[in-house]
Amino acid sequence: MTTLVYVVLVLSVVVFVAATVARAVMYARMPLHLRWELYPVPHEAPDRAAHGGSYFESLDWWTHTERYNLVGELKAMFAEMIFLKALREFNVALWYRSFPFHFGLYLLIATVVLVLGAAVATIVVPAAMAGALGPILSVAYRVTGIAGVTLALAGAAGLLHRRLTDEKLRPYTTPGDIFNLVWFLVAFGVLAAGYALRPAGAPPTPALVAGLLTWDTTLEIPGLLAVGLLLSALLAAYIPFTHMSHFVGKYFTYHAVRWDDAVNRRGGAIERTLAEYLTYKPTWAARHVKADGTRTWAEVATTNPTEGIRK
Amino acid sequence: MTDRPKLQDMSRRDREPLIHLEPDDLKPLPAPLDDPARRHAWPPLSAQARGRYEAALDDTCAVSVPQPATPEEEQALVAKFLSGLDKLFTRENNWTFLQPLLLSMEHCAKCQTCSEACHIYEASGGNELYRPTFRSELVRRLYFKFVKHGGVLSAWQHGDIEVNWPLVSRLIELAYRCNLCRRCAQTCPIGADNGLVAHELRKLFSQEMGIAAKEIHDTGSMLQLKVGSSTGMSAEVVKDNIQFIDEETSEKTGLTVETPWDVEGADVLLIHNAGEILAWPENPGAFAVILNAAGISWTLSSALAGYDSINYGLWYDDAQFARVAIKHAEAAKKLKVKKIVLGECGHAHKALSVIADRVLTGDLNIPRESSMTLLRDIVMSGRLKLDPSRNDFPVTLHDPCNLVRLMGVVEPQREVVRAICPQFREMAPHGVDNYCCGGGSGFAIMSGHNFPDWRFQVSGRKKLEQILNAFSDCLDPSIPKYLCAPCSNCKGQFRDMLAYYGLWEENRILYGGLVELIVNAMTDVKPGFIEWEWH
Repeated sequence: MTTLVYVVLVLSVVVFVAATVARAVMYARMPLHLRWELYPVPHEAPDRAAHGGSYFESLDWWTHTERYNLVGELKAMFAEMIFLKALREFNVALWYRSFPFHFGLYLLIATVVLVLGAAVATIVVPAAMAGALGPILSVAYRVTGIAGVTLALAGAAGLLHRRLTDEKLRPYTTPGDIFNLVWFLVAFGVLAAGYALRPAGAPPTPALVAGLLTWDTTLEIPGLLAVGLLLSALLAAYIPFTHMSHFVGKYFTYHAVRWDDAVNRRGGAIERTLAEYLTYKPTWAARHVKADGTRTWAEVATTNPTEGIRK
Repeated sequence: MTDRPKLQDMSRRDREPLIHLEPDDLKPLPAPLDDPARRHAWPPLSAQARGRYEAALDDTCAVSVPQPATPEEEQALVAKFLSGLDKLFTRENNWTFLQPLLLSMEHCAKCQTCSEACHIYEASGGNELYRPTFRSELVRRLYFKFVKHGGVLSAWQHGDIEVNWPLVSRLIELAYRCNLCRRCAQTCPIGADNGLVAHELRKLFSQEMGIAAKEIHDTGSMLQLKVGSSTGMSAEVVKDNIQFIDEETSEKTGLTVETPWDVEGADVLLIHNAGEILAWPENPGAFAVILNAAGISWTLSSALAGYDSINYGLWYDDAQFARVAIKHAEAAKKLKVKKIVLGECGHAHKALSVIADRVLTGDLNIPRESSMTLLRDIVMSGRLKLDPSRNDFPVTLHDPCNLVRLMGVVEPQREVVRAICPQFREMAPHGVDNYCCGGGSGFAIMSGHNFPDWRFQVSGRKKLEQILNAFSDCLDPSIPKYLCAPCSNCKGQFRDMLAYYGLWEENRILYGGLVELIVNAMTDVKPGFIEWEWH
């Protein structure tokens, strides 16, 4: 059982990282699209960002030095990532369910990091762990872990309840959506139960991780906890293949679409990129497009489809 | 209201509309339109139209797609739809919007946060058909099934949908039940964009199937590329009309007004929406007064499309969009102007300033500027002698979506109005949180069958509510009120909608642009530039 848990944990981490990176790379390699920003754009100058204005509000805007308000953007990102600001502003009923769920996940990620740190410290600096560091880390990961799993479970239950009972959501809810939330509930529920009900003498959590790092298969993982770990690991591996990977997608929807107001300057990088796209050969079939698969976008865009039609 | 339509109903083979709206279904309007006596009848779509065109969606018909004669014809159309769907997700065919479209396909959490932001959904009394995600969810299911070739597992995860001609024909109409204002996208916690999905659907129908609303294609972008303007005005005709406007404006203002044409080396190439020249001649006249008084070096262009800033391709077709944008830039290049300034037209602003920024390269990449910015500079610099007491009547300001939420030009027009209109009051909400006039994305010029009734009763309803609320303290007809809308398209919607509800006749609510208010306040001009007459 211990070997199985180790193998699944390692493979799940590999799959999660690989699939997440692959998705991010796929989006990043997509062609630069036409501008499609939405205001407010938080990296605008603070006086303009406050009312949602853009550099187009300045006379002869192209003669001004572009200032990128990084602080404004970071503040907006922080509020959105940590507190789900948009959801709170526009759908507070859902926010009461979604925020605990997401914040719980953040705390669980923090727990994994803390436990991993404790495990590494146990191997590398055992003396420090025997001293003050051990109890500090122990309290820290217990607090984040208990709070995280409680919030995530409460949030997942709230989201499932809403999805099953809200008539606005039900028609758009697929069996897959229900399955996803149930998986969260079962995985975290079993994990929490496995931790809470672990028998006396069971190895402490950092020891389990240290066992994984040293591949100590003699370590005995309590059965319920092992099932919880397996379900949670498989869930992590599954997420990047679903719409729940919006932690990747959201970066691009915000930075590459909503907030992308980058100006195309003559002779600049954007212009060079566009030059390649203008050589693409579209195959749109409608007659007025005049794209037969041999003509480039540049040719299509400079063709007047009405030529030859009598005025 | 009929039962709530389900996604699967879109594939229903009968020709019965999926929904029917009764007046009681719609969001109630405030005073004075809360009076049952002022409730407007909504004529049904004629039996002839229902028999001839695909009109099985709701109470109206926007695109007038003829019903296919044979099952084989239907199958061919479905095959074309699917091939177009595939092309939307290839970089060669759709590099222009591939990334945002794919992100919206793959990450919507179906949380319905966007619904409450949609003025059409709200005005309809929350009808499921008009929920922003209804359309997007259909496209999403088609994407996973036919583009990603998902099987049973995919259908289990993403949902399934049967594709047939009834579905495609209803989707054609449904693509024209969204104003593309993107207010829904603004509220999406993940950044999914239902407005973009509607836009891309329209593109698929136009670029692959040759299907688009005739007002924006045949008599829109095609006419503009043929004669120079969607109004049908050739260069000779537009010059004649502007000369007439100069004469009228001179007489009205007491100033000598001359509009310069084709001045090589001018600082500014001003491009109006040519609809202004025909429908609201006081607008180009006022621009001429202001620019001349401020000593701006400016010109109009008589090049093909150089005198009409509209670019309807923005709403439905990338090829048409790029062609018109290039014509605009070529007109500026030919005259060697320093910058293009866009007149009072919201979609023209966004089209040429924002979207075309990644179309115009090399020497076609000529700076483009909003007239709002230039006007603010002129007014606030003190170059004009202005007397705000001439504008001492209630004024409210409409924010065109393309200018504000989609381009970030929010304050310049406000600074002007605050400076010259003592009784200015904001709508709630306003700025980047504004509501569409209901005529956006081409609706204002689409007038087939009973579609205008739909846009006055449904898509324009929320804005109507805002206008009435802004003037709630002065609805008495003895008080003239001015709805300032610095956008031709929005003005077209307001002209028709205010008349439809009798709000000029009964309550003296007039609409107009920003430049008219400025000239009305100019002390060098004879008083009364704004004529309190319906036009």
